Amino acid sequence: MNIGYSKHTLANGLDVLIHEDHACPIVSVNIWYHVGSKNEVPGRTGFAHFFEHLMFEGSEHHDKGYFPPLQGAGALLNGSTNADRTNYWEVVPTNAFELALWMESDRMGYLLPALTAAKFQNQRDVVLNERRQSYENRPYGLAPMAMLAGLYPPDHPYHWPTIGQIADLHAARVEEVREFFATYYHPANASIAIAGDVDTADALTMVRRYFEDLQPGPAVAPVRPATPVLNGETRLVIEDRIELPRLYLGWITPGMFADDDAELDLAADILANGKTSRLYKRLVYELRAATDVSAAQNSREIGGFVQIAATAAPGRTLAELERVIVEEVGRLASEGPTDDEIERGRVQAEAQFVYRLQTVGGFGGKSDQLNAYNVLLKDPGYFDRDLARYHRVTAASLRDAVRRYLAHSNRVTLSVVPKGKTIYGMPGSVPSLVS
Amino acid sequence: MTVDRSRLPVPGKTPPFHFPAVERSTLSNGLRVWTVRHVSIPVATVMLLVRRGSAADPAGKEGLSAITADMLDEGTGSLSSIEIHEALARVGAQLDTDIGPDATLMTVTVLSRFLRPAVGLLADIVVRPSLKEEDFERVRQLRLHRLVQLRDMPGAVADRAFMRLLYGNHPYGHTPLGSEASLSALSVDDVRAYHAANVRPGDATLVVAGDCSHAEVEAFAAEVFAGWTGAPSAAQPEAAALLEAPRLNIIPRPGAPQSELRIGHVAVARNTPDYHALVAANMVLGGQFVSRINLNLREHKGFTYGARTSFDFRRLPGPFSLQVSVQTGATADAIHESLEEIAGIRGLKPVTADELSVGVAALTRGYARNFETAEQLARAVTQLALYELPDTYFDEFVERVEAVTAADVMRVAYQHLDPSRMTTLIVGDYGVVSRDLPKLSLGVPQVFAGDTF
Repeated sequence: MNIGYSKHTLANGLDVLIHEDHACPIVSVNIWYHVGSKNEVPGRTGFAHFFEHLMFEGSEHHDKGYFPPLQGAGALLNGSTNADRTNYWEVVPTNAFELALWMESDRMGYLLPALTAAKFQNQRDVVLNERRQSYENRPYGLAPMAMLAGLYPPDHPYHWPTIGQIADLHAARVEEVREFFATYYHPANASIAIAGDVDTADALTMVRRYFEDLQPGPAVAPVRPATPVLNGETRLVIEDRIELPRLYLGWITPGMFADDDAELDLAADILANGKTSRLYKRLVYELRAATDVSAAQNSREIGGFVQIAATAAPGRTLAELERVIVEEVGRLASEGPTDDEIERGRVQAEAQFVYRLQTVGGFGGKSDQLNAYNVLLKDPGYFDRDLARYHRVTAASLRDAVRRYLAHSNRVTLSVVPKGKTIYGMPGSVPSLVS
Repeated sequence: MTVDRSRLPVPGKTPPFHFPAVERSTLSNGLRVWTVRHVSIPVATVMLLVRRGSAADPAGKEGLSAITADMLDEGTGSLSSIEIHEALARVGAQLDTDIGPDATLMTVTVLSRFLRPAVGLLADIVVRPSLKEEDFERVRQLRLHRLVQLRDMPGAVADRAFMRLLYGNHPYGHTPLGSEASLSALSVDDVRAYHAANVRPGDATLVVAGDCSHAEVEAFAAEVFAGWTGAPSAAQPEAAALLEAPRLNIIPRPGAPQSELRIGHVAVARNTPDYHALVAANMVLGGQFVSRINLNLREHKGFTYGARTSFDFRRLPGPFSLQVSVQTGATADAIHESLEEIAGIRGLKPVTADELSVGVAALTRGYARNFETAEQLARAVTQLALYELPDTYFDEFVERVEAVTAADVMRVAYQHLDPSRMTTLIVGDYGVVSRDLPKLSLGVPQVFAGDTF
């Protein structure tokens, strides 16, 4: 399954990817800036995401808020920040394509003249509320940051969460926005993908008109920390406003597109994705010791980690969950998957892959995927090769990957327990310091 | 060529949109088979709509329709639960079951080459479920555990309590999951009886969106759904009388950094003649980022990450509600501002031409993108079936919304929204928020424990 595209790099370094799809009279404009929380430093975490908010507050030639003209033209739009990149997109009816380019180019080139202390303060409050809503006031909401903090050493750029530390958000100063913008938000650190009901030549002309004059900034040095090594098991505990304790196990693994990434992705599915998975069958279906279980290979640009999580049924212990999980990981490492599991995994990988390409825009649609391949691999046409990684997985290669990366106790073990009930945590756990 | 940045480009004419033709037939057992063509990518979506949902739960058996739907894929004929899911996985399909108050919807999306086996599995699941005692006990246990977990989630606590406060013992007064007491009282015989009485072809519609001919789907459906018989033996639930809900309610959540708020009352049914005007009114009030309430609470005050209002249009009158999570110290101010905005849109703060045009345009100009994927098309067709809308509904939507005037918006807001009888629910730190509540003049707050509902 390949999708046709053309790629052009403007003189200022901006990559332009164009894909024609005339099925629906809409077009997606999707921009990736190759900056995320991995580009931050301790003491200044959360800035990349906070900055994303400011991108919606107006730019020099339209200093009125980013949403009204675009929503008024029928656009759907959003943005997101993760450890590796920040993306912004609009899906517009074809007649509003030029408007979307005007708006995106104005904030790429002319954000700073419109920045004020009042906007900065307001969006800091919004981000602090986003943090309360999505992490602090959500059951088990601090677990993801505790896992990152346990898996990666303090100077590793995946150690901190993208939302940032509260103290760092309070310490952020409006002057820092300028430096951040100059360093990361310029054409040479960005990639724009256009997908939908456009003519390639016309679309390229239009993109050139709006983006060609923007000034490039300095090249951004890649972030390449040493791969962390866990020596032994780290046991952490968090007390939360919950009733059912939950166990998280995490291991350091290879990053996105690296060797063994596809193997570990399929292994996570075999272990704990859906009712056919081994851990669902054992923990939920047979033993009824857990209410849910999940696993994922979280592959990112400069490294990955596998996480398995399970919630204890009332009256059951995290120690029992841990024993069964370790057993099943061990069994997969020694015996490997069945032929049926491999076949199902491949079909599901293909299906998920095709499902993502049903839309031209949005998170995960064709324009987002073109940018992902372009920014992370410099190859927007990686579709077939990406899928081929999954078709190449064999029972033996999957088994070996599980053996190498998961079948040992160099890992992080996190217990999330009701307040005052650290006794329900795994023995010897120390309090996690995240908040 | 230099760019003129002194003004924004003005979009040209919106490209016309036409909903694809829906082809229909009815099988001899009464099952309606509706298809739409979608050819851009080799993916097909199959939906089976049964027009019975949680509102059909008998009193004291809340949760029955949802647990029945959940039991359908727990074994059929010769296949166990896990074998069914292995068969689905072999064709790359996942089964999703949605239970709403008015309907149960089962969805399978597959690569086109697997359409036939996927429909066959769906038929097995719906028509020939095993409904075994041992599976029932396990599924019920999981749902009881789910209830325990939801007690920790402020949004879920608020949703459950709010429906009960607005509707009491009305069929819409509970969420599909039911309660610990009602689930505990159920037996597998209840499930079997519910399935026999309510899950029947006479009130079901099979919708397929994909690259396949109607005749092909019809013939195949006739084969795999043969043996499924009957019209539903139970009538659609009827509205019950509503009691007046207390104005101000709180479920304490000590130490919570935010208050989860719900504000609203029972409003209108899906078949209201004011439908399009209300949809437009909601866009101005709180239905999008640039709506009055979101701009006020988020962009001006910084109280929240986001606020949204909605009319939940149902077969019987559904709720209007504002949903927002605000920092604890701003709770009373946020409630005050929200009620002011609701009062404002009824006429005190007249709707401007600009506001209305942005709201209308957001609904109409990008309308085509709501129908890009097979799943979006199939879902749209289920709406036609569920609410008995005309085939022209989607094609006419744009012009009907564009015809709404600012006066219409204020008229329908005045008629269907009444802040003086709205119910406010707070899930938050009572000790902190209670200090500011008296200034709202909403009376003494009713305090409930989280597991009251």
